[in-house]
Amino acid sequence: MNNPSASPQPSPEGKKGLSLMKGLKCRECGRIYDLAAIHVCDFCFGPLEVDYDYEAIKKILSRGEIEKGPDSLWRYKYLLPIKEEPTIGLHAGMTPLVRAERLGKALGLKNLYVKNDTVNHPTLSFKDRVVAVAINRARELGFRTVACASTGNLANSVSAHAASAGMDCYVFIPHDLEAGKVLGNLIYKPTVVSVKGNYDDVNRLCSEIGAEYPWAFVNINIRPYYAEGSKTMAFETAEQLGWRVPDQVVVPIASGSLLTKIWKGFQEFSNLGLVKAHPELRVNGAQAEGCSPVYQAFAAGRTQFIPVKPKTIAKSLAIGNPADGYYALDVIGKSRGQVEAASDPEIVRGMVLLAETEGIFAETAGGVTVACLKKLAEKGAIRPDDLTVAYITGNGLKTMEALTGYLPEPVGIDPNLASFQKIVHPS
Amino acid sequence: MSVLVRIPTPLRPLANGQNEVQLAGGSVREILENLVNSYPGIRERLMDEKGEVRRFINIYVNEEDIRFLDGTQTRIKDGDELSIIPAIAGGCR
Repeated sequence: MNNPSASPQPSPEGKKGLSLMKGLKCRECGRIYDLAAIHVCDFCFGPLEVDYDYEAIKKILSRGEIEKGPDSLWRYKYLLPIKEEPTIGLHAGMTPLVRAERLGKALGLKNLYVKNDTVNHPTLSFKDRVVAVAINRARELGFRTVACASTGNLANSVSAHAASAGMDCYVFIPHDLEAGKVLGNLIYKPTVVSVKGNYDDVNRLCSEIGAEYPWAFVNINIRPYYAEGSKTMAFETAEQLGWRVPDQVVVPIASGSLLTKIWKGFQEFSNLGLVKAHPELRVNGAQAEGCSPVYQAFAAGRTQFIPVKPKTIAKSLAIGNPADGYYALDVIGKSRGQVEAASDPEIVRGMVLLAETEGIFAETAGGVTVACLKKLAEKGAIRPDDLTVAYITGNGLKTMEALTGYLPEPVGIDPNLASFQKIVHPS
Repeated sequence: MSVLVRIPTPLRPLANGQNEVQLAGGSVREILENLVNSYPGIRERLMDEKGEVRRFINIYVNEEDIRFLDGTQTRIKDGDELSIIPAIAGGCR
């Protein structure tokens, strides 16, 4: 049962450090809770979110203060939910914001950028951001064991961070994940639990396990803190654009959390005066056709999604019952953005297009983002001059199976010049 | 028709501490109505002002989310089990 009051709690936290958090607040009914390892409102079951002391933050934070900070997401530590200086995951974030001229040309977009989290540290996906935050917070809260329910990338990141922190680690994954993502857990020596079911089954099981064991499930009982790490995608984008908010963003949707937090990140920067407010920012979502509850709700004009049973090669996005689906739809609606969905062949073509135009090898989720970006450009939802940022969240080396049969074979030759000239005959 | 209804921990104090109760009804909606009529304190926790089940609460009949069935109109037969589960706030992107 997914119930915080039943969860065993570790010892209370230690001395207060850089505490700019006021408490946890229910996103539905507004009730306030202590800064504990809880994620659900006891009254209405709404999700809890960190409530910050923005007045205090405003006094400390400036562009100069951020620019003086480390070359990692910790340069934004005053807007992250930790109380002590971070000690783990010190190199996550500050990934390249790539000016994507060749991809832009292919799509008819003149001001396109790619936020390239395929090279995030240490496990090559945006999950290193949320896990860096979650692990530090879990340690502050006194946990010695960390765990997660994952479609792959999160498990990789939790395993790696737990190894570097010397924490015990349990990761729960669906049984049919890509080999690269399974191996990318095992190397760090966590306990990898392969569950005969899809991600939604894994997630529900983990909620029950979480109620029985005193573990920090990063995306369950630590979720209010963990999810805040995603805001750094927006912070970095704004800073790397020269302290500007883009006109359009395209964000892949699985649980919907990343999309809502990117929106929140831009709002926080605007509200704190770090960037000029840009009410025209449009937040667009990208889903795989085979798992598109948010897209379907958007297309039907509904504010609530209906869960689906996933069937897509984009396994990292295969969440049929998205925890933040409602809030993602809300953000898309109020920013006047749109949602698109990509079929499996379109996903592969998106991966190939990104690779051959920008030299970036993204996993299937990146293919979803590029395919949906293309659709949004073709239908005029994104205009040629719009300052547009596409979020590429994971590395293609982890999902190589998706490309089987889609790429040409290497050209085989004998080890001599004649063979090279005869068979390759370069122009 | 009588079914077993599993009560989530936060609501148990409002159901005399019981973790499951036996209730009658032919559909999910009827059973939920009987639940909140039997234990009035549960109503405001389970339902919004319009009487709809709050959006962060999922209802399962025999392990299947009722959104895959007929929602609160889902018919119930003898021996079915109904679980009230806070929407699981897990997930990735």
